[in-house]
Amino acid sequence: MTRADRADLHTLTGAYSVYALSGRELLAFERHLADCEACAQEVRELRATAAKLGMATSLTPSPVLKDDVMRRIATVRQDPPRVARSEPEFSGGGAPPRRASRGRWQNFALAACLAGAVALGGVAVWQNQQASDARDTARRSEQQVARVEAVTEVLAAPDAHSRNAKLTNGATGTVVVSHALDKAAFLASGLPKPPDGRVYQLWFSDRGTMRSAGLMDTADTGTGRGTAALLSGAVGKASGVGVTVEPAGGSKAPTTDPIGLMSFPAG
Amino acid sequence: MREPVFIGGPAPRGPNLEELLGLVARGDQNAFAALYDAVSGSVLGLTRSLLRDPAQAEEVTQEVLVEVWRTAARFEPARGSAMAWIMTLAHRRAVDRVRSAQSASDREERAALLNRTPAFDEVTEQVEARLEREQVRRCMQGLTELQRQSVTLAYYRGRTYREVAELLQLPLGTVKTRLRDGLIRLRDCMGVGA
Repeated sequence: MTRADRADLHTLTGAYSVYALSGRELLAFERHLADCEACAQEVRELRATAAKLGMATSLTPSPVLKDDVMRRIATVRQDPPRVARSEPEFSGGGAPPRRASRGRWQNFALAACLAGAVALGGVAVWQNQQASDARDTARRSEQQVARVEAVTEVLAAPDAHSRNAKLTNGATGTVVVSHALDKAAFLASGLPKPPDGRVYQLWFSDRGTMRSAGLMDTADTGTGRGTAALLSGAVGKASGVGVTVEPAGGSKAPTTDPIGLMSFPAG
Repeated sequence: MREPVFIGGPAPRGPNLEELLGLVARGDQNAFAALYDAVSGSVLGLTRSLLRDPAQAEEVTQEVLVEVWRTAARFEPARGSAMAWIMTLAHRRAVDRVRSAQSASDREERAALLNRTPAFDEVTEQVEARLEREQVRRCMQGLTELQRQSVTLAYYRGRTYREVAELLQLPLGTVKTRLRDGLIRLRDCMGVGA
């Protein structure tokens, strides 16, 4: 990218802050934003400014609206915190909000079928287990369930393809990709707990260049149970997925050799 | 119990939304009710000024607030205040709705759009919003005509900056910079920090 291009991108902070960018420009700007702290700061300020423009329009909602909202939230499961911090907001979140969905649990059956078909073995069993005591689990660990839900969405995608690999630490890793959803998931069984002060970090491989796809929640590691993670960010043109062990908090680029590298299956 | 009175200091301005959002993220429905009381008027006002249709505005307001509940754990204070986060979300959802419904009749709409007074003149009725409204009105007057039109069309009408350029028949680069300059001037006028 030339200097002029960068300057040009920088002037898009205004348009970005009021959601007036779309398509390729939005993607290009979000990529730029990830390495431009000055832009990020300006976006924060301009968004706060835009919020004031919004607040100037306030109305008094009818009490019925509050009743409706309170009734709805009582049935809506909450999402877990973001794992990767650099996840783009708009290009990734442009889809309409997902509705509260008891029905989504039905996907588990499909997901489990798919998982079985591609010989995920232990992971498939774990998925079924999750499904069978879904309600209980929901109460115990909403975050974990939401994560499983996100992974399930990928597993259940009609175009989902998967690939297994033995990781260097003895665990089995499986990567599942849906190009239609532009999402990928990583599942592992027998993943040991990472060494103290270390984490597992996932990466998309863009022709050999590693792009961070977030950290794995390691709560389930070392228990012999399955671990699943939705890779953060779009698959894009990535050709595969890598896993490395990184210092706590993750790294911008891999600092160790991967414990696993899986290329996406063709098609 | 009566509220303490602060003399000479800033009056307390409602609950701390960041704290409430933290509780909401842990599933606290009472905290959510308090958060709802603090933000729903602004969310409804914004969706209403973008969508015009009261029923659709209420629908999107509901969706936004349910999304706040669902994604509260994803709020990152480093990225800005809770209010900015919620209003960004509300703006995005309402604009998505506007765009999906948008017809190709932009040309005819152009005159109408430009002649409409900005939303903050029309719909505000909440007493609490008076300060914001007056501030916005005052600061909007400090913008050039092009800046004001660019900001209004993008923010209150949900147009992309490309559409704004087309509507105003201006080069893209001009709209891009006017939009940014206008927002920066508003930021400075309103004394907004991140």
